[in-house]
Amino acid sequence: MFSFILRRLLQSVLVMAAVSALSFSLFNFVGDPVNNMVGQEASPEDRQNIRDALGLDDPILVQYVRFLGNAVQGDFGLSYRSKQDVSDMILERLPATLELVAVSAVIALVIGVVAGVYTGIRRDSWLSRSILSVSLVGVSLPTFIIGIGLIYLFAVYLRLLPSSGRAGVTDLGFWRTSFLTVDGWRAIILPALTLSLFQTTMILRLVRSEMLEVMRTDYIKFARARGLSDRAINFTHALRNTLVPVVTIIGLNIGGLIAFSIITETVFQWPGTGLLFIQAVEFADVPVMAAYLMFVALMFVIVNLIVDILYVSIDPRIRIGSS
Amino acid sequence: MTTDPTPHQVASRPRMWTRIRESDIGYSFFRSPFAMVAAAVTVAFLLAAALAPWIAPYNPFDPAQVSLWDGKLPPSFAGGDERYFLGTDNQGRDLWSTILYGGRLSIIIGLAAVFFGMTLGVVLGVVAGYLGGWVDTLIMRVADVQLTIPGILVAILINGVGQIMLPQELRAEFSVYVVIFAIGLSDWPQFARVTRGAALVEKEREYVQAARVIGLPGWLIMWRHVLPNVLRPVLVLATIGLALAIIAEATLSFLGQGVPPTTPSLGTLIRVGQEFMFSGLWWIAFFPALTLVILVFAVNLLGDWMRDALNPKLR
Amino acid sequence: MDLLDIKNLDVVFPTRRGTVHAAQGVSLTVAPGEVLGLVGESGAGKSTIGNAIMDLLEPPGYVGAGEIVFQGTDLRTLDADQMRRVRGRKIGMIFQDPQTSLNPLLTIGEQLIESIRNSLDMTEADAKQRAIQMLGDVGITEAEARLKSYPHQFSGGMRQRVVIALALSGDPDLIIADEPTTALDVSIQKQILDLIKRLCRERQLGVILVTHDIGVIAEIADRVCVMYRGRVVETGQTAQVLGAPNHEYTKSLIAAVPRADMRLERFASVDYIEGGEAAGRKIDIRTHWLGAARADATEPEETLTVENLNLSFVLEKSFFKSKRRMLKAVDNVSFSIRQGETFGLVGESGSGKSTVARIVAGLYKQDSGTVRLLGRDVKGSWSDPAERDVRRRLQMIFQDPFSSLNARLTVMDIVAEPIRFHKLTSSEAETKQIVQDLLDHVGLGAQAAIRYPHEFSGGQRQRISIARALASRPRVLICDEPTSALDVSIQAQILNLLKDLQAELNLTMLFISHDLPVIRQMCDRVAVMKQGQIVELTETEALFDAPTHAYSQSLIAQMPRMDLLEPV
Repeated sequence: MFSFILRRLLQSVLVMAAVSALSFSLFNFVGDPVNNMVGQEASPEDRQNIRDALGLDDPILVQYVRFLGNAVQGDFGLSYRSKQDVSDMILERLPATLELVAVSAVIALVIGVVAGVYTGIRRDSWLSRSILSVSLVGVSLPTFIIGIGLIYLFAVYLRLLPSSGRAGVTDLGFWRTSFLTVDGWRAIILPALTLSLFQTTMILRLVRSEMLEVMRTDYIKFARARGLSDRAINFTHALRNTLVPVVTIIGLNIGGLIAFSIITETVFQWPGTGLLFIQAVEFADVPVMAAYLMFVALMFVIVNLIVDILYVSIDPRIRIGSS
Repeated sequence: MTTDPTPHQVASRPRMWTRIRESDIGYSFFRSPFAMVAAAVTVAFLLAAALAPWIAPYNPFDPAQVSLWDGKLPPSFAGGDERYFLGTDNQGRDLWSTILYGGRLSIIIGLAAVFFGMTLGVVLGVVAGYLGGWVDTLIMRVADVQLTIPGILVAILINGVGQIMLPQELRAEFSVYVVIFAIGLSDWPQFARVTRGAALVEKEREYVQAARVIGLPGWLIMWRHVLPNVLRPVLVLATIGLALAIIAEATLSFLGQGVPPTTPSLGTLIRVGQEFMFSGLWWIAFFPALTLVILVFAVNLLGDWMRDALNPKLR
Repeated sequence: MDLLDIKNLDVVFPTRRGTVHAAQGVSLTVAPGEVLGLVGESGAGKSTIGNAIMDLLEPPGYVGAGEIVFQGTDLRTLDADQMRRVRGRKIGMIFQDPQTSLNPLLTIGEQLIESIRNSLDMTEADAKQRAIQMLGDVGITEAEARLKSYPHQFSGGMRQRVVIALALSGDPDLIIADEPTTALDVSIQKQILDLIKRLCRERQLGVILVTHDIGVIAEIADRVCVMYRGRVVETGQTAQVLGAPNHEYTKSLIAAVPRADMRLERFASVDYIEGGEAAGRKIDIRTHWLGAARADATEPEETLTVENLNLSFVLEKSFFKSKRRMLKAVDNVSFSIRQGETFGLVGESGSGKSTVARIVAGLYKQDSGTVRLLGRDVKGSWSDPAERDVRRRLQMIFQDPFSSLNARLTVMDIVAEPIRFHKLTSSEAETKQIVQDLLDHVGLGAQAAIRYPHEFSGGQRQRISIARALASRPRVLICDEPTSALDVSIQAQILNLLKDLQAELNLTMLFISHDLPVIRQMCDRVAVMKQGQIVELTETEALFDAPTHAYSQSLIAQMPRMDLLEPV
């Protein structure tokens, strides 16, 4: 078991190393950093001074190691555009994104798993069929169209909820949350729903198909032949076995939520890291892009480590080797 | 040698059409009304895309055919001008024609991106699965790392970097290719994973072993034996991938990262139309969005049916 | 009184190509303390009967007509909830594959206690006591400690014991065992059959034992029902049915069973079974392309020699070399096969016999040791033209007819592949003609060339595989369990075909099997393998008459006794 976790940990480190190399290479791909920092009119001496200060003439590997060392300490340099500290920019916007993703993940997990289990067990009922049809529509609706549609319906037409931005934020000193006020919740509902819809349908369909798969196995048939109740078969036997593959893929999907928050945040003008990133791409603000990339990868790696630990607690074949 | 008259021509195969109808997949298709409707809609979209220059009443890219005075007209059935069935956009372009051209661009980008991602993924997947060893480790590690970063983010990133690297004056011209490249490249790990998994299974099957005993070289076994047998799951993935690629392109364009407004795709049209939505000009965004959703839904429906029909375990 | 009395049972499966009657007018009875063997080949409908009794037929199958009277009640009149209470409490069921019958995520204690409490109204503590006692009954030692183990911590045979304990946990009166030993080795098969028989006698259980294996029937059944295409063709005491069958089908079936007690020249031809040879034309080997290789007088006396072969697999990877767990799959194996001889490799699963075959065929690379084929050391390269020419002369026939043919190619392209690749003919027309000749010769008919593999049955596919192997004009044929996936009647035909081909072409054969009677019928000499090593290498007849090594002796002793069969 420990070797399993250890191996996964090692893999995570490798992933982070690869993503950091990618982030680092952005600096070299995208324009000349000096130009980006001082503009065209700087004198050659000034340029050389900056080059020396940034160590741009050092061997590439030395530069990478320096970048990595700084990144580990949370230092990604200054934004080309706003000249602010990149880490501060991301940290300032982090709560908005994480709260949005958290609410969406809860919605997606609860609705996705419950509906998936239901449609897996009662595969031929009319409700299952309707849920499945609706879910296919859900997969087919691009996130931004859902967002626009919800805004039009709830904000413009019904005037029930705000159409954009974050509101009712309470500053806890280290964290700015919208969970403590009604206004905060009113503002987060639409973006969270928008963001969760695609993942909800993905999880639903996944749980259903895994459930159907498990229902065909011999041990379910054997459990039935022993006269166990449907309840015991569905929940003690089928559901737990369904969870093994589902948990892995849900880990991937929560990573997906962070990426799709870029779109949701754009549609709702939600002041999170996604909006920051898309603006950075527009202005070729490489330090922000690089930092965001590493932030997303880090989130993904953390989520997946949690998933691995869950995995170990569900599946005895990993927990205990065969004797 | 015998003197039999070439016996391999004695019996003829049943006709193509009968064979398709009699096959399991054909049977499932002709019994599934959803699949048939989805296929019909998809084919209609493909035809409309191919024939857009001939069926569109106006050419929205020809300044001579566009008049700003005709701008922001509602659809003809909602009190608009007779000439413009779905109304006009803010620049006075006929919306119906613009949608036909925009849909054409969306579909072309979607198909090209999937084809690119699929080819790359399938080739790498078969090679990784069949050869195993360090080749497999290398390819799949790269795929794993890329999967760490969700597809749409990869597409935005590659597209962003690609656009920046192009000289300013070429950006508009080449943006379509950059988008195709970005979406395709964001797509390949999915194909590689599925293909590798299938190739691993096929590699252990005895017909591959038999081919090795006959003495066929690895590349020929991969090409002749492994590849044709892993294509089923790839086909399903490619169909669903087409829907996702069309969405990805629309998303990029909606974010202002994709094709420029001068040659709009459906995503660009929605982006432009969204600004007018709150001032009551709903049709400029609504019709492109509806078109996009129907197109993606039809393709998804087809992919969904295909997954069930091609999965022998579900029958 | 009979425990179970089935009268005129019809089971119907509607399919799109028409209605399939999986069982038609089946009548049978089981008494307490009796083992009824239900025997038949694939598609006979024997498993359907068990599922119909349990009301566990796979949809869309259903019982069309008939009565299933169990302890005086017709089970068909019960509703779903009443039927659920019959399952486990009155009738238990054992499935074929112990690897997949147990829930991998729950300990066997949890599964046993759950089943016991579900069937018998008991407290947790009482149920636990009963679970321990049940495990002891089925022969699992240290039962209390083993309750906390998960299924993957048991071996295959032990798992099947757990499955039996689970099936008995509700104290049923009837047990339906569906191929309970098919996935197990012979030595374990014997133990499990003994266990079932003992439990049957001790608890006065009725047992329906569904199997395709006449050997299992001979070993355990009191009475036998023989099924063919959904119908019971013959019922009677085991000794009578096996020793003096009445029905034509039973006679054919029994004649096709490989005898362990004597060697016959050929299997009796089975005429009752369809799907066999097309009345094909045979080619004249002496003048045909195929026979051209035969005349080669330079062939050495020792066609295939294997010396000190070793191969280890990594069981558990580890970064540290010392922590890696290795399995010695082939351990210093040497043998030599004479020209025209059939040499057998026999052993249980995991003995390394197939691995040896795959090394010889060049599919695995040995760690050390040499393979000498037709007088040439084979290094495992295809780029050297001389070596390629030698290696082409060794071909292999595989076990699973459903995976040994590429489903995307026509039979023509499959069989022609070696000819085309090695350019063994001068023209495409000649190639096509030869493929048709080969298909005729293996009993498929030239018509087969334009069809695809899925249009053929398992036995026919194995014939295609043989034709493909012949297309390389081989001198040595490796047969790796060539018939273990086939019904006995088909097996007899394929083995006869192999014998004929060997005689005609003077082929050298390496024949791998776990099935001792098949080995006796096919091989001149045989090597017994255990854990990667050859423990005994001798003349086949000597092995069966007087095995010397202790392991060979136990293998021979554990073969199902077939002395009930009619003497030839």
